Amino acid sequence: MSSFKRDKKEEEDGGGNPFQNIEKTAVLQEARVFNENLINARKCTQILTKILYLLNQGEQLGSTEATEVFFAMTKLFQSKDVILRRMVYLGIKELSSVANDVIIVTSSLTKDMTGKEDLYRAAAIRALCSITDATMLQAIERYMKQAIVDKNPAVSSAALVSSLHMTKIAYDVIKRWVNEAQEAVNSDNVMVQYHALGVLYHIRKSDRLAVTKLVAKLTRMSLKSPYAVCLLIRIACKLLEEEDTANDSSLFDFIESCLRHKSEMVTYEAAHAIVNLRKTTSHELVPAISVLQLFCSSPKPALRFAAVRTLNQVAISHPAAVTACNLDLENLITDSNRSIATLAITTLLKTGAESSVDRLMKQIATFVSEISDEFKVVVVQAIRALALKFPRKHSVLMNFLSAMLRDEGGLEYKASIADTIITMIEDNPEAKEAGLAHLCEFIEDCEHTSLAVKILHLLGKEGPRTKQPSRYIRFIYNRVILENPTVRAAAVSAMSQFGALCPDLLENILVLLARCQMDTDDEVRDRATYYSHILKQKDQGLYESYILQPLQISIPCLERSLREYLEAPSDTPFDIKSVPLATVPTEEEKQATVQKTEGILTIGPSKPIPVSREENYTERLSTLPGIQTLGPLFKSSEIIELTESETEYVVRCVKHCYTKHMVLQFDCINTLNDVLLENVRIQLDPSEGYIILSEIPCSKLPYNELASSYVILQMPEDLPSCFGTFGAVLKFIVKDCDPTTGLPETDNGYDDEYILENLEITLGDHIQRLHKINWAAAWEAAAARGYIEMEDTYSLSSTNTLEEAVKNIVQFLGLQPQERTDIVLEGKTTHTLLLAGVFRGGIEVLVRTKLALADGITMQLTVRSPDSDIAELIISAVG
Amino acid sequence: MNGCLMEPTLYTVKGIAILDNDGNRIFAKYYDKNAFPTATEQRTFEKNLFNKTHRANAEIIMLDGLTCVYRSNVDLFFYVMGSSHENELILMSVLNCLYDSISQILRKNVEKRAVMESLDIVILAMDEICDNGIILDADSSSIVSRVALRTDDIPLGEQTVAQVLQSAKEQLKWSLLK
Repeated sequence: MSSFKRDKKEEEDGGGNPFQNIEKTAVLQEARVFNENLINARKCTQILTKILYLLNQGEQLGSTEATEVFFAMTKLFQSKDVILRRMVYLGIKELSSVANDVIIVTSSLTKDMTGKEDLYRAAAIRALCSITDATMLQAIERYMKQAIVDKNPAVSSAALVSSLHMTKIAYDVIKRWVNEAQEAVNSDNVMVQYHALGVLYHIRKSDRLAVTKLVAKLTRMSLKSPYAVCLLIRIACKLLEEEDTANDSSLFDFIESCLRHKSEMVTYEAAHAIVNLRKTTSHELVPAISVLQLFCSSPKPALRFAAVRTLNQVAISHPAAVTACNLDLENLITDSNRSIATLAITTLLKTGAESSVDRLMKQIATFVSEISDEFKVVVVQAIRALALKFPRKHSVLMNFLSAMLRDEGGLEYKASIADTIITMIEDNPEAKEAGLAHLCEFIEDCEHTSLAVKILHLLGKEGPRTKQPSRYIRFIYNRVILENPTVRAAAVSAMSQFGALCPDLLENILVLLARCQMDTDDEVRDRATYYSHILKQKDQGLYESYILQPLQISIPCLERSLREYLEAPSDTPFDIKSVPLATVPTEEEKQATVQKTEGILTIGPSKPIPVSREENYTERLSTLPGIQTLGPLFKSSEIIELTESETEYVVRCVKHCYTKHMVLQFDCINTLNDVLLENVRIQLDPSEGYIILSEIPCSKLPYNELASSYVILQMPEDLPSCFGTFGAVLKFIVKDCDPTTGLPETDNGYDDEYILENLEITLGDHIQRLHKINWAAAWEAAAARGYIEMEDTYSLSSTNTLEEAVKNIVQFLGLQPQERTDIVLEGKTTHTLLLAGVFRGGIEVLVRTKLALADGITMQLTVRSPDSDIAELIISAVG
Repeated sequence: MNGCLMEPTLYTVKGIAILDNDGNRIFAKYYDKNAFPTATEQRTFEKNLFNKTHRANAEIIMLDGLTCVYRSNVDLFFYVMGSSHENELILMSVLNCLYDSISQILRKNVEKRAVMESLDIVILAMDEICDNGIILDADSSSIVSRVALRTDDIPLGEQTVAQVLQSAKEQLKWSLLK
């Protein structure tokens, strides 16, 4: 037995592996055997296998090498060996993309495809179709049509699948095979039926009526293949989703009847479909849920996984419906497949009532140490959602999170916990003190620099506003003593925040900062010196602008501006005001990202960091002639549709605001496939005061491509006349063209025009949103610095609720709501909305609006801004 | 929620892979040029997949936005990948078909050495199971009948010495095990 073991070991060492250490050049050399007169089928098969193996391992063949092998391979058609022939087909498929002149094997393949040997025919069809192009397809069309209705199921399937592949290159030809496909649907073979349905649907999918008929017919005849039924369910779902009225219940009945199908695959597909249909009512959901519930206790992991994953989705939209399965889900918490367990937990957290939170948390605690970091992150996200849903449970959740923080874990995991605590602190004032205390404890023993820095920053921001700011100083100063330079520097910044905001702590902070000035690291010393100098001035205005308010410009733009400045040295100092401001993500965008992360666990590749619209556009605009003289881009508006979306020409506009100019970008799409537009330009009828400096037409606008035309305008000096309505007409030369090639048929076109909707220039286009860390302080500082204040009272007749009024004001003024004042608490009759922003040219604008609800809405609007014209402008614009 | 509905298409499978017990590729096919444009991405994915699956025998995992079902035997790992919205049971049926047909081809001797020796037939079987992402057939017996198993009576003269020794060894091993 011992010798047997040794043998086994030897084998594992690779003795038995004929494919180890093979080299491309050697194998290509061997491939010359293919050219011999007498073909040794066994040997050739092995060499071909080696070539396929090498290609599969990622080895690349050059075009000449590939062509050489390919031609040698064609010699092998002489052999009658079945396996060799089949390997040749595979070789053809693999090499067809690299080698030249692959079409020479067409006749050999056509012969095999129409021959008598059944083992060749199906594979030959697939090989043939992989080398065929649109023009050659005509030649084999007849054979293909025959093959589709062949009585050998393998041949028929191969022909159907290949035709589906070829719809990408020759849709029009394949379209003609619809009758054959129709016949194949009635085949007895399950796979042929499935493939035929796929082809039929693909050919007809743009024709709604035909699809409806197809589905109606097939739902009645009860398909044999479970795969085909799954496909049919998906088609039915698509029809249901597209339908405007819910009157056609036969489709839904069909899907529901599939819940009782004998194949699990089909029942799951049907349940999944019902759950995901938008219109499903909670009543209709019940049978689907009970099917999934049954699957939860299946012995097959895949089935349990499928069921839990679907239930997890339901939990988002219909939490109540899932509660019936809670018991089954709780059993799955201990499942050996951790994906299933985690999905079960997160589903339970989503559906759980407030009363069950404690029990669930206890259960999670028992197994959380066993699961991988990835799933821990999912659990943390579920807890975050729970915290937002039940703010009153914050103490239980906070304790749990802090326990998780103390456990072992990677950066991503720790960061997600810290993030969750931070959200809880921001959303729930009651949780603030406890949360900060946990975080303080955490940084005492945190090996991740980036996380420590983040938490120190948060402590600096939130700590001074708590009841007892002094207790945090110890934690922060401990970092200065114990940590690496990056953390020390962050700690210094955090301490200075306390100094600026808590006058009674100032003396102590100054002492601590003085000690930091002896630090070994440059950055730490620099920061300490900087902050202690400013703090010694005891000037609130200085604090405000140099300690409390962070730099608000967009960092990528700053980098670009600095590089440009260095490349073209000049005597004038660099002006930081010329750098565009960073845009604050709007509430909807934030919501969207949260939604995305909260969905089911799709651990995909990380998304790129979003760049602001301005940064994207700056790149594109910088290529326009005459744009450089305008200075930096101040703000780009949202995309505005100037046409209905279903018209011949679609035009969208983006307004780019510069210090004294406005650049209008018109993105045009031509949706007619038989015309080509040339010299596309927009004729503007600007309001008084605007001067059109230049127009940059778009020379060519082919079918379905996006091209842009630009208009550069100079804005009027007089501020009130900056707003207005522009008439716009799309002007162009039309040339008829061939829809397939896109080339114009004649050289002579004719002029035409298309009237667009009016373009409004509003106040919001001139104002960039700005986020103030501490709005109240900024408001006071504004008064101290001699900003102009203006005030007026209005009655808003058009809106009836405070929410609507707030939304309209924010949208109209284009200012950033501060300190969450854009959220109106329910049942209140008064509300104060705080706004901040920057007018083009870098002039700050602060606005306070007090709203009161009584019959109509009364609004008192106060503006503070260094420029009286702008303050007046805002006051008058609202009226 | 919307968007989870599956587009009615036959293109179901994103990839099939057979790895050995060190996570090296024995044979793999990827059908989605968007998800796996080059060999490098494929390798990284396989490495990742192997690290996540070789210890826990859990049959199914979500990775990089794909649903992967898998199965292992001795020193082999079989994987089938599909979109994360795909019906897991369909993928499972493909995996079972792959495993069963290979098991039949290798006469229940599913291990790396045997796969390597009959790699040609294994490649043919994979080609018969899935064509560019479309499931061609998911019935293992019909797959095996289509790949035309080689009759094993090769004339002794055409065998190498190693092959003769190997078959002798095999016979001895089986007689011992009985």
